[in-house]
Amino acid sequence: MSHQSVAAALSDTATMIDRSVRLARRNVDTLFAAILLPLLMMALFVYVFGGAISTGTQYVNYVVPGILLLTTGYGAASTAMAVADDMNTGMIDRLRSLPIRSVAVLTGHVAASVARNATATAIVVLAALAMGFRPNAGVGDWLAAIGLLLLYVVALSWLAAGLGVIARSVESASTLSFFMLFLPYLSSAFVPPETMPAWLRPVSTHQPITPVIETVRGFLTGAPVGNNGIRALLWCCGLLLFSVVLATSLYRKRTRR
Amino acid sequence: MIVEATGIRKSYGGTEVLSGIDLGVPEGSVLALLGPNGAGKTTVVRMLSTLIRPDGGRATIAGYDVVRQAAAVRSVISLTGQYAAVDENQTGRENLVMVGRLMHLGRAGAHRRTGELLEQFGLTDAMDRRVKTYSGGMRRRLDLAMSLVGRPRVIFLDEPTTGLDPGSRSTMWEAIGELVRDGTTILLTTQYLEEADRLADRIVLLDHGRIVAAGTADALKARIGGERVELRFATEPELLKATAVLGAVHAGDVLSVPSDGTAKHLHQLLDLLRDNGLQPERVSAHRPTLDDVFLALTA
Ligand SMILES: Nc1ncnc2c1ncn2[C@@H]1O[C@H](COP(=O)(O)OP(=O)(O)O)[C@@H](O)[C@H]1O
Ligand SMILES: [Mg+2]
Repeated sequence: MSHQSVAAALSDTATMIDRSVRLARRNVDTLFAAILLPLLMMALFVYVFGGAISTGTQYVNYVVPGILLLTTGYGAASTAMAVADDMNTGMIDRLRSLPIRSVAVLTGHVAASVARNATATAIVVLAALAMGFRPNAGVGDWLAAIGLLLLYVVALSWLAAGLGVIARSVESASTLSFFMLFLPYLSSAFVPPETMPAWLRPVSTHQPITPVIETVRGFLTGAPVGNNGIRALLWCCGLLLFSVVLATSLYRKRTRR
Repeated sequence: MIVEATGIRKSYGGTEVLSGIDLGVPEGSVLALLGPNGAGKTTVVRMLSTLIRPDGGRATIAGYDVVRQAAAVRSVISLTGQYAAVDENQTGRENLVMVGRLMHLGRAGAHRRTGELLEQFGLTDAMDRRVKTYSGGMRRRLDLAMSLVGRPRVIFLDEPTTGLDPGSRSTMWEAIGELVRDGTTILLTTQYLEEADRLADRIVLLDHGRIVAAGTADALKARIGGERVELRFATEPELLKATAVLGAVHAGDVLSVPSDGTAKHLHQLLDLLRDNGLQPERVSAHRPTLDDVFLALTA
């Protein structure tokens, strides 16, 4: 690409990010769901189930990292729906008939998803502190945890964008993204994997969410991170690469003439 | 011809939905593609606006090939699709500025152009309201305004007034008329004969993926003959007798006689009937409409 076309592509991407962020901010329903549902789940686990679950620490300290990952799932699901909306209305035809790189529409939604998730996560952390979450983390630990969560959110948002591209309607996008909401329950988010039945344990241990949660938990509460850090990083980078390639190639395929 | 297509074809899963269409639109004129639902109108528009590839044939816009020079084509055209492509949760102004920025008009340029278009389409009062509060007509006008941001030389309008109430429809017609006066070339599709008659210089009648007729509205009307006088009688014997007297044919209980549309001819007709002791119950003059053309040619 020439210097000029790089500048044009960046400008188009900036325009589409502006648009998606504005739409996300105004879509009160999904914004509400992205913030309120994780808060409710957290209250449920801390006050209702928590007493019955033995994790060797204060349960609130155990569960907050899991809730943070749950939050990202809710945020990403609405990204799939926003992308599906564009792909199945006249908007995509309008964008494709303009002299622009129309794949910028996906970048826009991913950026909005990251922004929405960051907001929701910050609110959930504040609420957790109010519910008695007592992290034991220095500035470096916080930054490392935030960095990892951010990487995970970007990867998950691209995956959601990919699901949005293949969905033939907003409803089916929401169904497709259901598993992103479900995966955390099969991880170490709420209960230690050792307490699960033997057949389920490998599922819990060998899925991306568990190492990410264990790493974030380690950074925030001082639990040992061990090799979870490198596993989480590899999972996230792998997922990011896979999702970007998936989303953009599905987009090309769907809009191929 | 700023828009030129020869033999463009398209099939979906073995079914041919467009079988070899030829089109030509001179610069600054309006062509209406008229046809019922499923005729293939949207398919033609999507092909000419580079969204889908023809399976065969060739099409150019301003000399650029729609397949091999799609980027160049996109810089001279704009598309207003069958379903309004506007963001419900952005305001009218934000929608327009977004397109202006995508067209790289610059910040000030995008805002200036937005102001002009809001004015032109009567949306200035509503510009800071979210589009979801707009009426169907306002939405369609905004949609059209969005496709004019980059001052395209050729505009594709896919069923621009379908689903609009009569008032909004005529506002839309005025807006389209204004574009024509500015010298923009327009290819529009419609299911309404009245719309084609009113807006288009030339009409192409499409049915089942084929062109069944083409020409000016007048030429098409001429194809099914000129004006006629229709006579109805109280009884069947009277109808049969009148048919014989006038040497005409009757369809059902209506006797239809060719006419030049003058009062003189009507007088002669009625005098002749009276001389034979006949008095029609009802008389009506009938000018062929495009509906007649349509029914005659797509039956
Ligand atoms: N993507 C597609 N896949 C299969 N069939 C299609 C597709 N697009 C259009 N068709 C079929 O092609 C025919 C013409 O459609 P269209 O061009 O939309 O007609 P119109 O716009 O005149 O109503 C219809 O029978 C329609 O079902
Ligand atoms: Mg159509």
